[in-house]
Amino acid sequence: MSAEPAITSELVAKHGLTPEEYERIKSILGREPNFTELGIFSVMWSEHCSYKNSRKELRKFPTTGERVLVKAGEENAGVIDIGDGWAVAFKMESHNHPSAVEPFQGAATGVGGIIRDIFTMGARPVFSLNSLRFGPITSPYSQNSGEAAKQKLSTLNSQLSTSQIATNKRLFAGVVSGIAHYGNCIGIPTIGGEIYFDESYDGNPLVNVFCLGILKHEQIARGAAKGVGNPVFYVGAETGRDGLAGAAFASRDLTEESKEDRPAVQVGDPFREKLLLEACLELLATDAVAGIQDMGAAGLTCSTCETASRGGTGVEIDLAKVPQRETGMTPYEIMLSESQERMLIIVKKGHEKTVCDIFAKWDLPYAEVGSVKDDGMMRVLNHGQIVAEIPARKLADEAPLYDREAKARATPPQLDLAKVPVSDCHAALLALLAHPSIASKNWVYRQYDHTVRAGTVVLPGSDAAVFLVREANKLLAATSDCNALYCALDPRQGARIAIAEAARNLACAGATPLAVTDNLNFGNPHKPENFWQLRECVEGLAEGCRAFDVPVTGGNVSLYNESPAGTIDPTPTVGMVGLVEDQRHVTASYFQAQGDAIVLVGGFGDELGASHYLKVVHGLKVGPVPALDLAKERKIHEAVLGLIKSHLVKSAHDLSEGGLGVALAECTLAHPNPPVLPLGAVIDLGDTGLRLDQLLFNETQGRIILSLKPTDVAAVLMLLELRGVPARRIGTVGGDMLKITADGETFAWPLADLRIAWYDSIATAMSA
Amino acid sequence: MGVKTDYVWHKDTSVSGYDLVVLPGGFSYGDYLRCGAIARFSPIMQAVKEHAAAGKLLLGICNGFQILCEAGLLPGALIRNRSLHFVCQHQHVRVENVMNPFLHLARTGAALRIPVAHGEGSYVADTAALRALERENRVILRYVDSGGATTDTANPNGSQNSIAGIVNEARNVFGLMPHPERACDPRLGSTDGRIIFESILVSLGASHADDDAAAPTTVRSLT
Repeated sequence: MSAEPAITSELVAKHGLTPEEYERIKSILGREPNFTELGIFSVMWSEHCSYKNSRKELRKFPTTGERVLVKAGEENAGVIDIGDGWAVAFKMESHNHPSAVEPFQGAATGVGGIIRDIFTMGARPVFSLNSLRFGPITSPYSQNSGEAAKQKLSTLNSQLSTSQIATNKRLFAGVVSGIAHYGNCIGIPTIGGEIYFDESYDGNPLVNVFCLGILKHEQIARGAAKGVGNPVFYVGAETGRDGLAGAAFASRDLTEESKEDRPAVQVGDPFREKLLLEACLELLATDAVAGIQDMGAAGLTCSTCETASRGGTGVEIDLAKVPQRETGMTPYEIMLSESQERMLIIVKKGHEKTVCDIFAKWDLPYAEVGSVKDDGMMRVLNHGQIVAEIPARKLADEAPLYDREAKARATPPQLDLAKVPVSDCHAALLALLAHPSIASKNWVYRQYDHTVRAGTVVLPGSDAAVFLVREANKLLAATSDCNALYCALDPRQGARIAIAEAARNLACAGATPLAVTDNLNFGNPHKPENFWQLRECVEGLAEGCRAFDVPVTGGNVSLYNESPAGTIDPTPTVGMVGLVEDQRHVTASYFQAQGDAIVLVGGFGDELGASHYLKVVHGLKVGPVPALDLAKERKIHEAVLGLIKSHLVKSAHDLSEGGLGVALAECTLAHPNPPVLPLGAVIDLGDTGLRLDQLLFNETQGRIILSLKPTDVAAVLMLLELRGVPARRIGTVGGDMLKITADGETFAWPLADLRIAWYDSIATAMSA
Repeated sequence: MGVKTDYVWHKDTSVSGYDLVVLPGGFSYGDYLRCGAIARFSPIMQAVKEHAAAGKLLLGICNGFQILCEAGLLPGALIRNRSLHFVCQHQHVRVENVMNPFLHLARTGAALRIPVAHGEGSYVADTAALRALERENRVILRYVDSGGATTDTANPNGSQNSIAGIVNEARNVFGLMPHPERACDPRLGSTDGRIIFESILVSLGASHADDDAAAPTTVRSLT
C-alpha cells in the first residue's frame, strides 16, 4: 500500500475544510487525523451531508402533525399516515452538480439515490416526479413578439450565444434521457413534475428528483445500528472508484475546471437497483433486520457513522471484507466512494443466513463486514489494522453549524405599467404558449414510462398527477412547484406562492394536501445576499406550510449553485402530496365536453409584475411579485374542493404563469384523448376597464378555471358566494377556436394554431 | 379477472400445469446487451419453449415480445425506435385478424386504445418473413391513428408495416409491444386491453372445460 500523504494546511483546504474546522477535528480526536480520517470528516462535514450552513434555518419548518409517523431529519425520508394502516414515505433530492458535468449519469444516479432513500424506509417505491431547470433552449426572440418588444429582446438575444443554447439543449436532453433510463428500467413510473428555462441556470442546471413509496405502519424500517454484537452487512454492488467524494464536490461552486471532477460523478445500474430493491423489501418482510441505511452521499462513511449515531452505539467494519470492483483501492477511496446501488444492513444476530439466502437468490454481492459495538466509535479496519477511529455521533451530528451573514438584496426594478406598451395580445398568447417554460412538456414525459405499475389515473400534463396505489387502494395526488422568477424578485413571497400553488394544484385535482418535501437550491451561502435569499425562502415556505397545515417531512439543500455566468435564481422547489378520498373526486385540468359552462373563480386580477408575459414578450424581469393572502387562498381551495366533492365540477385548472389567457388555452388543448366534438371555448369577459394584456396575462394568485354542466352554474355560483369566494361565469366550452371578447375587442385563435405553439414547441426546439 | 395466477422464478425449470404463460414487460437483465438477448437463456425458457411447442398459449408483452423474438418463437426483431427516444403514450392499434385465441372476441378493424412504453419497439423482419406474416394474416395488431388509419405519424416507433403484434404459424404464441394490462381498469382511462385477456380466458375455457386444476399463470421476468 502506498504511503498516505502527510496532512498539510493545503491538503486540509483542498478537502474544503476551514482551519477552524480542522482545529475542531483535532479536538474531537485528541490528535491529528490521518489521511483517511481527514477524507471522512471532509465528506461528512460538507454542506450536502451536514447542512452546516442551513440547519439552523431548516429548524424553522413545521415538522409535526397528527399524520406524521417519522419526522423530518430522523431518517432517510419522512413517513406520513394515509389511513387504514397505510403510510407513504417521500422525499425530494437534488443532483445538480453531477448533472452539470455529466447530465445523463448525473440525473440517472439522482433517481437511483432517491429511490434507495424510499425503500430504505421499508416502503415500496410507486412513483417519481422531477423538477428541472435549464438555461434557455430557444432564442428569446420570437416571431410572435410584438414590434416594440423585438428591440428589447434582440438586445437580450445578442447576450445569449448560440453555443450556450446548444449546451443547454445538450444538458436538457441528457438529463431527460438519464431520468428515463433509470426510472423506466427499474419500473417506477415518472408521472409528473415541472421544467423551467431561464438564463440564470446557464451552466448550472437543477435536477431535483422526487420519489414516493407505500408501506404499512408496522413496516417502517429504521436506520439505526441497534443491538451490540449484531453483525453489520454490506449488500449490493461492489465498491469502485466512481463518485469519489461526490458530496464534497456538490458543496462547492461549479467552475471551468469542474469537468475535471467528472470522476466525482457516479455511474448508475438501474437493473442492479431493481434487484437490490426487491431483495431489501423481501428481507425487511422477515424479522432479520435491526437497522438499514442506504449508501448515498458519502457512501460507506455516512452509512456507518449515521447508523451508529442514531443507535447510540458504535460500529466497527473491516474494509478488506467489502466487495470491491477494482484492485488496490485504499481505505480512503473505499470510505469515500459513492458507487451506487449499495446498502448497509444491521442484522439481528442469528439471522445471518436469512440475509445470505435472500441476496444469493437475487444474485447480489453481500458480505458481513463488521459488527455493532458499545463504545460509540466508528472504527474502520483494513485487514485488522485500524485506519480510522472517530466518535460516531460527533462526526455525524456535530458538524459545525454556521450563522451566515445575511444581507437583503437591493429592491429589484419595479414595473411602471405606463412605460410598457400594450402588445398585440393575439401574438402574445402564442408567444407565451410556445415558451418552453409554459409549453406542453410532452417531449419530456413521453420519454418517461408514466403508465408502468398500472396506476396512473391522471396522466402528466394536468395540474397534479393522480396515482392509484393498488395495494392500499388509495389515490394520491402529487405536484412539484416553484416559480423562481418570483423568488428572484421577492424570495419570501416567491416561496409562499410556491406552497400556495402546490396546494392549489392539489385542490384542482380533487385532493387534500398531506405534507411537503422541499429542495432548496441556492448559491454560495458565504455570499450574504445568497444566504439572505435562503433565509427568506425558508421562512416563506414555513409560513405557507403553517397556513395550509402541512408539515415538511424532509428534503434536501443544494447550495453553491453558481457557475462562471453567475448565481442561479433562488429555487426552493416544493413537492406536495395529497390524498384523493374517492375516485369520483379525481378531476383533471382540461375541458371535458362541448356545452359545459366555464367559471372563473377568484376574479380577473390585475398584477402584471413578475409575470411571464413581461419576461417573454417584453424581456422584463421586474417586480412586484403578486400579493398572496394565505388565509384567502386556503378558503378558495377548500371551496373548490367542496364543489368537486359535491360532483359539481368537471375540470379545474389553476392560473399560474401566463395568467387567464394561457390557462384558458391549456384547458382547450391538454385533453389526452379529446372527444370528437372540439373543446374550444367562447369567452366573454365583459367590461373590465383593464388593459387587455393586463387582463389576459396578469398572475394574480388564488384563481381557478372550472368547467361544469350548464345546469349546475347557479348552484356553484351560489355556493361560492356563500363562502365569500368571488366567481363568475365567463363562457362556454365548444367550437374549434378559443374566442375571447373583452372590453369591446374580440380575439380568436384556431385551436390548431394554439396546439402547434403549445404542443410542438419543445420538440421543435430540440430538433432545430 | 378471477383466475389464479402465479409468478414463476426465472431460475425454475418447469411451467407444467399452466394453461397460459405470460412473459410480461420490463427490462430483463437491464436490457443491457440487447432487449431480451440474455433473458432467452434463462433456465425457465426451455420449459417455455416446450409449452409453446405443445400448442399451449404463450403471450409476450413488450419486453416479453422482445424475448420471444430473441428466442426464435416469433420471427423478426425489435430495434431502437425511429425517434431514438423511449416512447410512452396511449396508442390506437387496429385489430387485423380475429381468427386466433387472443383476439377472437374482438371485431376485425376495431381500434383499441392501449398504452405503449418502449425504447426498442420498431418491428423489423426480412422480406420473406414479412411477406409470410402478411400472407398468412399473422399480423394481428397494427398501429393506427384515432380514425383507424395506418399513417406514418401514427406509427410510434417506425415498425415495418406498422406492426404492433404478431402470432406464430400455429397461432398459439402472441407477441405485442403495447401493454393491454395497463388498459384493463376504467379508472386508468381505457379498458380496451381487456378483450385480449377475455379472449384468452374464453379460449382456455373452451379447451379446458372439465379441467378445474389447470390455471393460467405468468412467468416473471426480471424487470
